[in-house]
Amino acid sequence: MGIAWYLAVSALIFAIGIGGVLTKRNPIVILLCLELTLNAGNLALVAFARMWGNADGQIFALIVMVVAACEVTVGLGLIVALHRRGLKVDVDELEELRG
Amino acid sequence: MSILLFFLASIGAIVGAVGVVALRNPFYGVLSLVAHLICLAVLFLLLQAEFLAAAQVIIYAGAVMVLYVFVVAYIGGQDESLGTSHGVLRVLTPIFVGVLIVELLIALLGSGLSAVTSKGAKVSTLFGSANQIGDLMLTKFLLPFEVASLLLLVAAIGAVGLARRRVGYGPGDVPFDAATIAAAPPAGTGTMAEASGDRPVAGFRGEDR
Amino acid sequence: MSINTTAWLVLAFPLAGTILIALGRPVLSGRKAGVLGTLAIFLSFLSALVTCLKLEDRPEESRQFVVSLWDYAVTSDLNAKFSILIDPLAMVMILVVTGVSTLIHLYATGYMASDKGYVRFFAYLNFFVFSMLMLVLAANFIFLIIGWGLVGAASYLLISFWYRRKTATKAGIKAFVINVVGDVGLVLGAIIIINQTGTVDLLGSFAKAPQVFSHDGTTIVAGCLLLLVGAFAKSAQVPFHTWLPDAMEGPTPVSALIHAATMVTAGVYLIARMHPLFEIAPTAANTGAVIGCLTLVIAATIAIVVTDLKRVIAYSTMSQIGYMIMAVCVGGYAAGMFHLITHAFFKALLFMAAGSVISAMAGEQNLNRMGGFRKSMPITYACFIVGGLALSGIPPFSGYFSKDDILYVVGAQGGWHWALYAAGYAGALLTAIYTFRMIFRAFHGEPCEEAKSLESGRIFHAEEHRNPGDGTLETTEVGYPGAKHHIAERTAGMAISMFLLAVLATVGGVIQLPDVSWGLDRFLEPSFVGAKVLPTNHALEIFGLVFGALIGLSGIATAWFIWIKRPGTSARIEQRLPAAHRLFVNKWFFDEAINAVFVKPFAAIGRFGERTFDRVVIDSAITGGSLSLVRISSAAVRSLQNGMLRGYIAAVVVGTTLVTLYFLLQS
Repeated sequence: MGIAWYLAVSALIFAIGIGGVLTKRNPIVILLCLELTLNAGNLALVAFARMWGNADGQIFALIVMVVAACEVTVGLGLIVALHRRGLKVDVDELEELRG
Repeated sequence: MSILLFFLASIGAIVGAVGVVALRNPFYGVLSLVAHLICLAVLFLLLQAEFLAAAQVIIYAGAVMVLYVFVVAYIGGQDESLGTSHGVLRVLTPIFVGVLIVELLIALLGSGLSAVTSKGAKVSTLFGSANQIGDLMLTKFLLPFEVASLLLLVAAIGAVGLARRRVGYGPGDVPFDAATIAAAPPAGTGTMAEASGDRPVAGFRGEDR
Repeated sequence: MSINTTAWLVLAFPLAGTILIALGRPVLSGRKAGVLGTLAIFLSFLSALVTCLKLEDRPEESRQFVVSLWDYAVTSDLNAKFSILIDPLAMVMILVVTGVSTLIHLYATGYMASDKGYVRFFAYLNFFVFSMLMLVLAANFIFLIIGWGLVGAASYLLISFWYRRKTATKAGIKAFVINVVGDVGLVLGAIIIINQTGTVDLLGSFAKAPQVFSHDGTTIVAGCLLLLVGAFAKSAQVPFHTWLPDAMEGPTPVSALIHAATMVTAGVYLIARMHPLFEIAPTAANTGAVIGCLTLVIAATIAIVVTDLKRVIAYSTMSQIGYMIMAVCVGGYAAGMFHLITHAFFKALLFMAAGSVISAMAGEQNLNRMGGFRKSMPITYACFIVGGLALSGIPPFSGYFSKDDILYVVGAQGGWHWALYAAGYAGALLTAIYTFRMIFRAFHGEPCEEAKSLESGRIFHAEEHRNPGDGTLETTEVGYPGAKHHIAERTAGMAISMFLLAVLATVGGVIQLPDVSWGLDRFLEPSFVGAKVLPTNHALEIFGLVFGALIGLSGIATAWFIWIKRPGTSARIEQRLPAAHRLFVNKWFFDEAINAVFVKPFAAIGRFGERTFDRVVIDSAITGGSLSLVRISSAAVRSLQNGMLRGYIAAVVVGTTLVTLYFLLQS
């Protein structure tokens, strides 16, 4: 299969992820959708790495995975802290920081 | 064979992604994401990224998703309430997403990246193996590797700090009172206004000594 | 250690003391700050002593040299290095400054013990000593001016030390403003000299001055007159003197250190240091001598009628500095420096003793309320007597020799200097009278309530604390004087430092006994190699020694007659000479004149400007305009930040989409 197919799949997944981030109100689901966008990026990176026959892109993808893991840890930590304080886990309710 | 596998895996990945967005129960959303990640791992394999595929399955689909499941279980996987306060976004999101897809496809496929349609460079069978990745990690990308590990450490400590139980934050505790932070500068700091008696310094306790 | 190292150490110890005390405030409990501060100055004194001894070992022609530490500002035309000038003149000054400062620090550890601002006080005091040493050791105009400014700042901080007292803060501001007028004069004078000689280096510009300036030419006279403005403001000479009496609002150790022994004599030092310039500009030097002479007479007449104990000593300080200025302006540099040294001893002693009396009076400074402390405060009384005899010029106390030296130098020049000579002796008579008026009124006569209380073994404490100046009610918290009072009889540190100063004030004259040792003259010679040779007159010298002693004794006798023998005499004199009395009591109306000529017009201009330009242009147009601009635009931006997370995400997505679109269209 040509590299272009992989890229098309990657674009689709990315768009789906963005759509989810925009429509969802539960922060956990928003995090899940962010994972989608990151994975779409990963797929594109790996595809390009294959295209050039250069493994640097795979390392990039690996680092992206690490960053994603960090983001998940902190994000979930925030959600747990929200829950502990008895706040509603809903991004539309958390609007105290407005101008 | 590989064509079949590609279509199976990519359809699986897209369906999994749609499932994450569409399913109301976050618990099912997480499971859907796991399926998506596994399909993605297959795509990685097809692209000869063997090590990455393994890492995807073990770390992502395994460890990270377990974390999600725990949190969902802790919070309670209640269904998302219907309706949104942002009606505009409801309408605009599909338009955004459509524009985004078209734009990305043009960008990735139709923008003079002539090499994209090729089958890719000729690579040895060692390409993407744990051997090669490990070699790169410890030579060319040693610094990013170390920085990434530091980042993980910071994130771990940060998460512990965030989720730790603190006095004054739990339900029933005395809530934090912003008024306890004095807005005025402390008295007795020796301004001219004090010296001339324009500003009272009642209750001030000398701390100069 | 080489002489360079020890000389730098003199500067380093007070600076280190300042920093340590200022930063170590949280850990310096009890009297640690005082001990640390005293120790820093004492080490500085030891370094000065070692430096001085090493300087004496060098051959006479190499006793004046410059040591640089690093470049401060070096450009093609300006070569300002951070360097110090070591020579006998500077040595005399640093020995006096560090020596007297050590004793005053020791005194202050006791005197200020119950003050809530104890640590801050010693940080300031160390800072002052550092600034003063920098002024004295500066080898170029830049650092001289920096040191000059820093001592002014330290003086301001210490005068306003009790910052809750309105009178003290006002006095501090007054001192600072008048000193800044002097600073401006000094800077302008320095600029004229630097501009003509092309170097900021002191020795370099002195060497060039005779070539670039014509003798008594307009430029050099103007430059020297501007330098004199600086010297007069710092040394409280007419008409820049009004800040010094008000500066007595500061704690007594400050009055002893800054406003008697060291800072106010900086003007004398400046003229002595700049003597090569003043010798090319005799007009300026003569002006200085006349002003000094005027000051000594005016201050002495005011001191006779002032009723505030510390202000009497303050006017006396003005008067004595008048003598010094007169001496250095007529070329008697060694004589001026000699009086500077002895004056530092006996005047610091008098201030310390006065502080002890004021403590016994629970902060009261009014002579009218004092009396009869002789029996209850023997140590203080003895110190007062020693200081008073030295100030009045009674042999064999130190002041006798130094004052006589000055008057001899002035008189030996003949001509119009005879007028200065006569005025000097008139001043000496007045000095003896006001000194013993003060002593008789404070220590003799009927014991006052406080003295009786002390005789029965209890220091008087007022039930409520009041500002002795304007009577406002005070607490004993930080910014006000402390709750407890300390007198020399009860506090070892105060007694020791007073005793040592009393010894010095008694025997200090030996460094320059006329015809016997001339020690200071010989020591200072390398600093004044090219100075003019003064005429000698042996007969006049002998006459002066005898006449000076007689004048002093007759002054004391007069005071004794007026205030002890016939207690009503002073009131009768007042009635006889109402005009003179009014003039003296109102301090020759200098404050009123300065107010009318400078302060009021400037205040009026300021108020007018505030009402018109400030309110209309600055407040409404510039400030108000930019304020409303910021307010409107921030209101617009604020509506974007609505707290909706998904709105933000949408913004990011739209943004990235547009960026991608831009690049797509570009390709």
